[in-house]
Amino acid sequence: MYTPHTQADIRAMLDAIGVGSLDELLAVPDAVALKAELDIVPALPEYQIARRFEHFAAKNAGVDFVSFLGAGAYRHYAPPAIATLAMRGEFLTAYTPYQAEVSQGYLQAIYEWQSYICLLTGMDMANASVYDGATALAEGTIMAINANGRKKVLVSRAVDPNYRAVLKTYCDGLDIAIDEIAIAADGTTDLAALKAAVASKEYAAVALQTPNFFGNIDTLDADALAAVRESSTVPIAVVSEAISLAALATPASWGAEIVVGEAQSFGVALAYGGPYVGFIAATKEHMRRIPGRLVGKSVDNDGRTAYVLTLQAREQHIRRERATSNICTNQAHCALIATIYLALMGKTGLRDVAALNLARSRELATSVSAIAGVDLKFTAPFFNEIVVDVHQNADDVLAKLRERKILGGVALGRFYPELSTCILMNATELTSTGDIEALATALSEVVHVHANV
Amino acid sequence: MSTQTSNDRPNAAPPLIFELGQEGRANRYVEEGRPLDQFLPTSLLRDELPLPDNSELEVVRHFTKLSQRTFGIDLGFYPLGSCTMKYNPRVNDAMASKREFAQLHPYTPDEHAQGALQVMYELERSLSSLFGMAAFSLNPSAGAHAELAALLIAKKYFKDRGESHRDKVIVPDTAHGTNPASAAMCGFKVISLPSDERGRVSVEEIKKVVGPDTAVCMMTNPNTLGLFEDHIHEIAAAVHEVGGLMYYDGANANAIMGNVRPGDMGFDLMHLNLHKTFTIPHGGGGAGHGPVGVAAHLVDYLPTPYVRATPAKADATASNGRPLAPSDAMTYELDFDRPKSIGPMRSFWSNFAHAVRALAYIYANGADGLKKVSQLAVLNANYVRVKVADFLETPYPEICRHEFVASAQDLKKATGVKALDIAKALLDHGMMAPTMYFPLIVPECLMIEPTETESKETLDHFVEVLREIVETARKEPETIMAAPVKTVVGRVDETRAARQPDLKWEPASA
Repeated sequence: MYTPHTQADIRAMLDAIGVGSLDELLAVPDAVALKAELDIVPALPEYQIARRFEHFAAKNAGVDFVSFLGAGAYRHYAPPAIATLAMRGEFLTAYTPYQAEVSQGYLQAIYEWQSYICLLTGMDMANASVYDGATALAEGTIMAINANGRKKVLVSRAVDPNYRAVLKTYCDGLDIAIDEIAIAADGTTDLAALKAAVASKEYAAVALQTPNFFGNIDTLDADALAAVRESSTVPIAVVSEAISLAALATPASWGAEIVVGEAQSFGVALAYGGPYVGFIAATKEHMRRIPGRLVGKSVDNDGRTAYVLTLQAREQHIRRERATSNICTNQAHCALIATIYLALMGKTGLRDVAALNLARSRELATSVSAIAGVDLKFTAPFFNEIVVDVHQNADDVLAKLRERKILGGVALGRFYPELSTCILMNATELTSTGDIEALATALSEVVHVHANV
Repeated sequence: MSTQTSNDRPNAAPPLIFELGQEGRANRYVEEGRPLDQFLPTSLLRDELPLPDNSELEVVRHFTKLSQRTFGIDLGFYPLGSCTMKYNPRVNDAMASKREFAQLHPYTPDEHAQGALQVMYELERSLSSLFGMAAFSLNPSAGAHAELAALLIAKKYFKDRGESHRDKVIVPDTAHGTNPASAAMCGFKVISLPSDERGRVSVEEIKKVVGPDTAVCMMTNPNTLGLFEDHIHEIAAAVHEVGGLMYYDGANANAIMGNVRPGDMGFDLMHLNLHKTFTIPHGGGGAGHGPVGVAAHLVDYLPTPYVRATPAKADATASNGRPLAPSDAMTYELDFDRPKSIGPMRSFWSNFAHAVRALAYIYANGADGLKKVSQLAVLNANYVRVKVADFLETPYPEICRHEFVASAQDLKKATGVKALDIAKALLDHGMMAPTMYFPLIVPECLMIEPTETESKETLDHFVEVLREIVETARKEPETIMAAPVKTVVGRVDETRAARQPDLKWEPASA
């Protein structure tokens, strides 16, 4: 499929090359020749491909449930104009814009993405994107390691467990040790423990997530920042719910030098986990250490404004084993989607979305905590997620909710054994009062039945 | 060739999105929100949000204009070597954007995401069979990411065997730059191996560098010169003899698919760029999708999660009463409990939307169709090679695979016109330039990969345009050195961009 060759074309081309057949053209030594029968489905005409995928789609019943799932991937409204624009073939079928003269549009869009990320985070510069939030944390941590040469890093235990797992995968490769900071009773990072740890001056970086994995706002206070600076540790802010950037004090304002995160919330489909889009932003001191592509504004040979990939001397195709990272492909198309989302929403729309997330999550918190036997686990100020303690096995409660076509949240026991009775619940602008009432009704039935057993 | 002046250029760059719009010109996508300080103390809130408010029409025009200043496969021939810029079938996108896939949350419990898991399983099994591997993990996000995963697997495998002293990774000088960069990210030392006069890795050279400290030999076959490494089984034997692992860089898999398998060549580890070989749109440089595959002895080390299938009831039938396809009679789960695994490479399970696209492409072709894809990719490359050899030097004049290299070195000596100038001149003819100056061992290199989706007429036209450019270069080199003149901008000042970095828009007040 998708090959335009006629038999006459093939004959004429083989003749031009001077070989007798396609088999002759692709001949290989017998030692490596294909002998096995390939286990691949026979070719299907296009209408049957569609039927096959209809069949798969019908087996994803979870998509129609009332959902309170968040935990690093968020349901937000995405205006249809995003897809109309992003799916234009010029954007969709372009390669990395190496040839600037025929890539000005994409380069400008990425320059706008970099600008948006800087405006949202308060940083001096941002790259053209990385794979996702977790890899952004890993790459951002490597920047800090390259900055001060230390071989240990410090991470709050309230950072998304998936991000910490990916950081470990990367650090195992580089023989970097990771130490974790405990969580305080209110559901934020234990800053006293943080201050004690950085005082050793052994850590390249310290990473905090805000809002953290539990939804709580979690930043360095002035004392902790002073201790971090005194120890020459690089403070890294992690942001996995990017909508929060429209409302909360910027990471720059509380001292972060590197901000890493996930921009899926900006119009990128949930798509069962990907593709999403990570970002890395930093103060200008870290400019030469940032990984991945950067787009700069310059001029052409007649002085016209022109955009171009720049500072490529950091990159793998120039420096090979001395590069700051091996990253080549990034997430340009997802970054484009996020840029279009930000342009459409604007300041007013983003503020509204943030306010609605704050409102609906508070409505959710009020509603579930009114149920006997259900409590909010933490007391810290939160953005759009809450930890709900059901005082019994959370997996069992969630299974009962699924019988009522409700995805009640993420059971935390798989990541935090001490929170095995807790559920992480998310509400966004798409969560209705009806959804919250349905959950509260179901939850009170389920918890009550269990409690009586 | 007509000489044009830069006055012919179309419009100047559109204003930045930040220079458009008016405060309060909001689109009503969601309800109005209450003031933020009703929810949180002001000490936790930001002071201002300096973003523009634009009408939807302004935004639509802005990005439509930007798209018109961007060149993609949909607009013309894209012979970018090593990037496999083939047609991206639209049915793939239609399948990936189905609501039941696009809106499925990654934490949806397995029992309610069986369709998504089955897509991942069928893709994983198909790739394993096609490339002769025991298993793939769909976890890594792109080629370089999967390369890193593969080297982390090797590192952990040797550690478990008490062979952590193996710290050398052998990389041919024709290798993609990601190979040595990935090796460095795992703490390996890189040994660069020179190619022989045939443009290949020689068995003698390999035998000289392998030893008890060899961890991995990273190769791509065909290599980046487009040549098949015909002694690959002897090279693999030499590496295996000293206890090392063979890694296959799958960037060039479009040349071999369905015809010969890395597993049969002796490779233990490999990656694929599904965005190259399996028609996922490149999207201006991602998102890609880069599964990592391994031979049987390395399966336990794959990144998590792995999609595991167990047979459902043996007598299961579909709702219409017909027997189920084998994969329909399974139940699927994400397996995270793999103690020897290197761990996850990314936040969530895979670039799932791209797994849908790749599987749709496999369905459209079947085994025979995929074999034909590679054959015709090789046919197209050789056809262009023999035609281009009429007027440009081709340093390796023999049957190539899916791509070949030409050199403008002679032309440069005679006229001063470089590979870069030829590339820029092609842009004026509505075509993308080939990959330039790579691989590094060929001076003034142009690396040309036509792909199988291009017709003979397109290839003939490309050859004629290239011939005309070379002929013009010999008569009036300054014309070619001034190219491009029909694009929206001329050559961009890269030195200024690097010396005075301007990486973002600043508010006027700043």
